[in-house]
Amino acid sequence: MKFVNEYRQSESIQKIAAEIRKVTTQPWTIMEVCGGQTHAIVKNRLDQLLPQEIELVHGPGCPVCVTPLETVDRAITIAALPEVIFCSFGDMLRVPGSECSLLDVKADGGDIRIVYSPLQAVKIAEDNPAKQIVFFAVGFETTATANAMAATQAKNKSLQNFSLLVSQFLVTPAIASICSAGDSRVQGFLAAGHVCSITGYENYLPLAEKYRVPIVVTGFEPLDILEGLLMCLRQLEQGSYRVENQYLRAVERVGNRQAQTLLDSVFKVSAQQWRGLGEIPASGLGLRKDFLEFDAVPKFKLPEIKTQEQHHCISGAIMLGHKKPADCPHFGTDCRPDRPLGAPMVSSEGACSAYHRYSQQVKAREYSVSTPSDK
Amino acid sequence: MNIQCPLPATNKDSIRLGHGSGGEMTQQLLNDFIQPLFKNTWIDQAHDSATLPWHSDRLVFTTDSFVITPLFFPGGDIGKLAVYGTVNDLAMGGAEPKFLSCSLILEEGLPLSTLKRVLESMAAAAEETGTKLVTGDTKVVERGKGDGIYINTSGVGTLLSDHPLDPSYIRPGDRILLSGDIGRHGIAVMASREGLEFESALSSDCAPLNNAVKALLQGGVEIHCLRDLTRGGLTTALVELAETSGRAFELYEEQIPVCESVQGACEMLGLDPLYVANEGRFVAVIPEEYADQAIAILGEDPVGASCAIIGQVSDNPSCQVTLKNSLGCDRLLQRLPGEQLPRIC
Repeated sequence: MKFVNEYRQSESIQKIAAEIRKVTTQPWTIMEVCGGQTHAIVKNRLDQLLPQEIELVHGPGCPVCVTPLETVDRAITIAALPEVIFCSFGDMLRVPGSECSLLDVKADGGDIRIVYSPLQAVKIAEDNPAKQIVFFAVGFETTATANAMAATQAKNKSLQNFSLLVSQFLVTPAIASICSAGDSRVQGFLAAGHVCSITGYENYLPLAEKYRVPIVVTGFEPLDILEGLLMCLRQLEQGSYRVENQYLRAVERVGNRQAQTLLDSVFKVSAQQWRGLGEIPASGLGLRKDFLEFDAVPKFKLPEIKTQEQHHCISGAIMLGHKKPADCPHFGTDCRPDRPLGAPMVSSEGACSAYHRYSQQVKAREYSVSTPSDK
Repeated sequence: MNIQCPLPATNKDSIRLGHGSGGEMTQQLLNDFIQPLFKNTWIDQAHDSATLPWHSDRLVFTTDSFVITPLFFPGGDIGKLAVYGTVNDLAMGGAEPKFLSCSLILEEGLPLSTLKRVLESMAAAAEETGTKLVTGDTKVVERGKGDGIYINTSGVGTLLSDHPLDPSYIRPGDRILLSGDIGRHGIAVMASREGLEFESALSSDCAPLNNAVKALLQGGVEIHCLRDLTRGGLTTALVELAETSGRAFELYEEQIPVCESVQGACEMLGLDPLYVANEGRFVAVIPEEYADQAIAILGEDPVGASCAIIGQVSDNPSCQVTLKNSLGCDRLLQRLPGEQLPRIC
């Protein structure tokens, strides 16, 4: 596959891995912000190619993991209404709410449909005028753009039976929040390439400067990730802190202006709750006044949601980079993909799930730092 | 900062879709409900078919039910599946399929023309596989209580090999032969059901496997075990075999054939081809010395054109399936907890 296979070739990857081993002289902790990158790292077992000194920690960039419990419960309540066709991306269906999941509601007779694009939900609304269609609009800037397009289409078609249950997140405030925490261990970031393809990376410049951390915009293939790591490590070893762009084939400094305009016409920045992390100011997107008719929350006049938090899940600490999945006493025992205690064990993008699926078999790293053959 | 997380999803006391996925939930259902109640020598072997103490242990028996939306998809239909599926289960036990039953559960309102099309397809598939549909049953359920047609087929056949092909014969050093590229059926059906359009049209791999198995056995290849790949894909089949045989398998990712269209669709949807369903593919576990011969024979059959040796049985006592990627890194393969769901991004 063009633009994929060339980023999975063993020879190129081994070359970059050797370069990483060569430049690394001391321990570094680097966070890959996006769940897709975590998935790629553990699926391809890139950790086995890295020197012991490098610790990769996993950020809060999995929308399935960070959607607040209250919103999941709200989705479950709406999806159970007989007049509703509830549309969602597949991996949201398994996320545990306070008492059950959307999959449970589906099994109990709720009309819940997996869609691959929010525009499919708009089409379902056109085809089912007697039903209320609700789309679970979850995600970061990338999926928010498609959600904005769906809202715009629904408005242009004057659809009265379409609405969005919005739970959208912005990456930059989350990174700022991690950096500003006094106990942060993260010394460098791999920023999510697909988010930056929309936003560009100018908004990272003040972050890198203020917190003195290197930030490298990075893609999702094995070669992308190792190149991003190498760029980050070079900066760390030199004591510099710039924003660099590894993902040149998809990301421009200013991003996609057309997508930004679309986003801005439908959504405005708002405070946002992050599951496991709490509220982060100006870290979400809510509907603008002109689009409030598509807000599912007031439309269905739901009763007050009372959530029940699970106190022994450490997902927040994992998403902040304080801990790794295997540090959790419940990992793989009380908490498994079939019986998740928390959201990071649910989504395939979630750090706990990814670790559980791919890396239970711990293998000693094959290389030491700066071996003579590397020099 | 708040670092709490929510309560677990409750395991409700009823059947969920995931119980039919072939993954962990299916296994739990079998282990907790079905096998303890039906306990006997043959069901405990947990194989695709049972070789019975009848006519000198040469009678092989199996059954399967077929539920699919849409009923017709690129490369096949529910009728073909219902014949091939049972024929393939018999073939996986090393048997030559002979006679099939056909039980139809029809939904009120199903057009007779649709039923006719399905039955004609079944008749053609029976002819193709050298089997006869000799008995059956028909029931009709109210409108809204079925997906048009559900079909159950059972089948009997006679053993072609000297012994039943069974996971207990798997030995360290054996090679794992995959009959062809994986994932076509799952992606073709999903594309057809969801109206997804990919750059290249994909057809299901739906096919009968009995002739290929017969050719291998008659060609003198010693086969220790066979398993067809259905729900849950290659991974689930091999995890089941590893657990039943008590052996560990090592696979080589680069050797596993996946066509570019399937690979591309999986990338787009966030699916792993190793877990995508197949309906005309199998793995054979064979002694190393027969590997080249098996490839030569299978390669001549239409269903085995892209066959490959994809791994081997190790002497590791872990009963695990590991995948070595092109970087030389190992990844543990496990069953999926339930259905494979497309990712958000």
